[in-house]
Amino acid sequence: MSEATPNPWRRRALLGLPLLAAGGAGLGFWAMLRGLGTGSYDPHGVPSALLGKAPPEFALPAPAGSDLPALAAADLRGGLARPVLVNFFASWCVPCVIEHPQLMALKRQGVPVFGVAYKDKPADALGFLARRGNPYTRLAADEPGRVAIDWGLYGVPESYLIDRQGIIRWRWAGPITEDTVAADLGPLLRRYSA
Amino acid sequence: MIPELGHFALGLALVLALAMSGFGLVGAHRAEARLMGLVPPLAMGVMLAVLGSFLCLVASFMVNDTTVSAVVANSHSLKPMLYKISGTWGNHEGSMLLWVLILALCAGAVAGFGRNLPSALQSRVLAVLGLIAAGFLTFILATSDPFGRVWPPPMDGNGLNPILQDPGLAFHPPLLYLGYVGFAVTFAFAVAALIEGRVDAAWGRWVRPWALAAWSFLTLGIGLGSWWAYYELGWGGYWFWDPVENASLLPWLAGCALLHSAIVVEKREALKTWTVFLALLAFALSLLGTFLVRSGVLNSVHAFASDPSRGVFILVLLMLYVGGGFALFAWRAQAMAPTGVFAPVSREGALVLNNLLLCSVAAVVLVGTLYPMFADLVLGQKISVGPPFFNTATLPLAVPLVGAMAVGPFMPWKRARLWPALQKLWWVALVALAAALLCMALEGVRVGPALGFFAAAWLIFGAFADVAQRVGLFSRPKAALARALALPRASWGGALAHGGLGVTILGLAGMGLAVDRLALLKPGESVELAGYEYRLDGVVDAAGSNFAARRATVQVLRQGRAVVTLHPEKRSFPLARMTTSEAAIHTTWLEDLYVVLGEEREGGVVLRIHDNPLAPWIWLGAGIMALGGGLSLSDRRTRVAAPAAKAPALKNPAVRA
Repeated sequence: MSEATPNPWRRRALLGLPLLAAGGAGLGFWAMLRGLGTGSYDPHGVPSALLGKAPPEFALPAPAGSDLPALAAADLRGGLARPVLVNFFASWCVPCVIEHPQLMALKRQGVPVFGVAYKDKPADALGFLARRGNPYTRLAADEPGRVAIDWGLYGVPESYLIDRQGIIRWRWAGPITEDTVAADLGPLLRRYSA
Repeated sequence: MIPELGHFALGLALVLALAMSGFGLVGAHRAEARLMGLVPPLAMGVMLAVLGSFLCLVASFMVNDTTVSAVVANSHSLKPMLYKISGTWGNHEGSMLLWVLILALCAGAVAGFGRNLPSALQSRVLAVLGLIAAGFLTFILATSDPFGRVWPPPMDGNGLNPILQDPGLAFHPPLLYLGYVGFAVTFAFAVAALIEGRVDAAWGRWVRPWALAAWSFLTLGIGLGSWWAYYELGWGGYWFWDPVENASLLPWLAGCALLHSAIVVEKREALKTWTVFLALLAFALSLLGTFLVRSGVLNSVHAFASDPSRGVFILVLLMLYVGGGFALFAWRAQAMAPTGVFAPVSREGALVLNNLLLCSVAAVVLVGTLYPMFADLVLGQKISVGPPFFNTATLPLAVPLVGAMAVGPFMPWKRARLWPALQKLWWVALVALAAALLCMALEGVRVGPALGFFAAAWLIFGAFADVAQRVGLFSRPKAALARALALPRASWGGALAHGGLGVTILGLAGMGLAVDRLALLKPGESVELAGYEYRLDGVVDAAGSNFAARRATVQVLRQGRAVVTLHPEKRSFPLARMTTSEAAIHTTWLEDLYVVLGEEREGGVVLRIHDNPLAPWIWLGAGIMALGGGLSLSDRRTRVAAPAAKAPALKNPAVRA
């Protein structure tokens, strides 16, 4: 809509803007693709300050109406029989549905999965589990989302692997897919089970 | 044998496409009629070759040929035939082939129906389409060959994600691709116009039907996808602002702006540079969507079959086409002088406003989609942009857009006054206000739904007022019927599309009032929601062709009288080791009764019950919008395409849209 601009150079610069924007975006995408190859860019992996440390202090209630035990930092202190997976989820989260079959598979293998319903109404969270099946052995509700801040949650779903000594060993932001289990989670579980 | 034939046909199509673009560009440049005469038959050849190749792949899926790797990865002999066929494009390789097939069909249509186009323009358009087809054919042959063989063949295929086994999803990708690829044609027209350095009314007349067709298909495709999410994913949501959903919304917004500004080019020979830019942009955004979905650079539910090496290839193609188009634009667009001038308050001015607002919405969605990726890349920060951002940021742009949508059609070309146009809409404003007040009276003071009902009534009755004024329903009621029959279909189509958006907004406003509850019921027990009583009669086992299911019988009663019996299911697919829930939905058109079956425990089952007022209108509105597009497309003036020379009527500014 610059048809009436008198200065031809200004107009020319304006007409070149889309090319510049497209070129910039292209360079960015190229850098992302390269980063995907080298591992420096990863839309799923999020570095966590908690890796190699114990989880932050917290105690969360079970969602109202749940018959599973709740979750607190004390349950993640050392002396665990097996490494556990702490999984933040929500009934309103689409990728959580994608992730769900993998969590059920982990449950079948006997991996303890502790669920934290993030910013979710208790009835909704329980409905989600009732509808799709419950992979969790402990279930807590973080309705205000404060504990999630302490954990440095990026979004839901997000999972933390905690070894038998109670140290966070792995963090995964995004849905756990079959590939994630095969490439990352499975080997880690084997390593820390010993 | 059949897969090899398909593979060979792909190679043949590549050669023909390259020949088509070479002959087209050189022939048009040298004005050699013989070379240009070769181009349409070559386009037909490309079309037939790609069609043959696609049919070969479909045949491999239909007979479940487990020596073909794409079949092994995505199909299974126990799958119903419909999903075997739709499985052809339910995976990366097949969907890229479908993409090229639709492109080839479009090129065939330009070759077949474009006989009255100036031959240089037709040759250049086909040449550009040939270049695009050649790029994507190379991509398929080099990185994603659908006809790769495996030996020894496995006993059977690995099935398909059961969530994708659905009639809605069988037609969702083809419709989206029809939309995306339709914008390839407007892109080709824009590039051809830039090479020629000329945009005139005849060009506008050719671009608009393609923009309209692409936009209509995209509307249907997006609507179908949203409907699928609503009934399949099972918690009553219909739009999630997922990056991949946004990727289909972006070209829709740009295409919507394009088909409006193309009217200005056609009628008034103004906004030429801008229209050419939009034509380039719509296709650029379509390609961006393909890149985002296929390359794995973003974190999304839909990001399947992602592979960085393929991503590099698509990025190269993207930069060639989009970069080439925009470079040509920077270099040549200067030459396009507007001939029509107009006052800010006029039909043209209203369409400029429409374009500004639509492009602003597109910019918001684009930024919201790409910002987290670039923030991660440049700043190393992980940022999550979700529905709250999109809802709050698009609302202030959507409000003036909807407000102006009803007023615009009342504005005459060249110069108008706002007040007379508003005067014709006073009763519409009253009806809209009444709708908003009624909503507040019934449901309490809730701003969102009330605003939604106001907007819906404003658009629906505004569209009605538009038609009423054109046929003189109030001024000369006796002649109205005759005038209604004589009214151009484009006018009906425009009003219908605007009204259709109103219907969609009506559904969105209704969904703002949705309620739901969760109940643990034993057989014989019942629960009440929004005036209905839901009684669980029992749960039984059921079996399908490739799944086992638990099936509940839920009797819905209203004041003791039976309304309907619903059968929500929970299906487990042994091959994929997945469970899906099939919601049972009963629609009364005023509301959806939506029941989802949950886990069974303590002798009872968990039921999740939703009452979704006006929900079906969301997708009905999308259908009406697409119907409006189709009606406008069937207008005599569009079908009898403009010849090269400008018809005298186009010089006359009194011609109405």
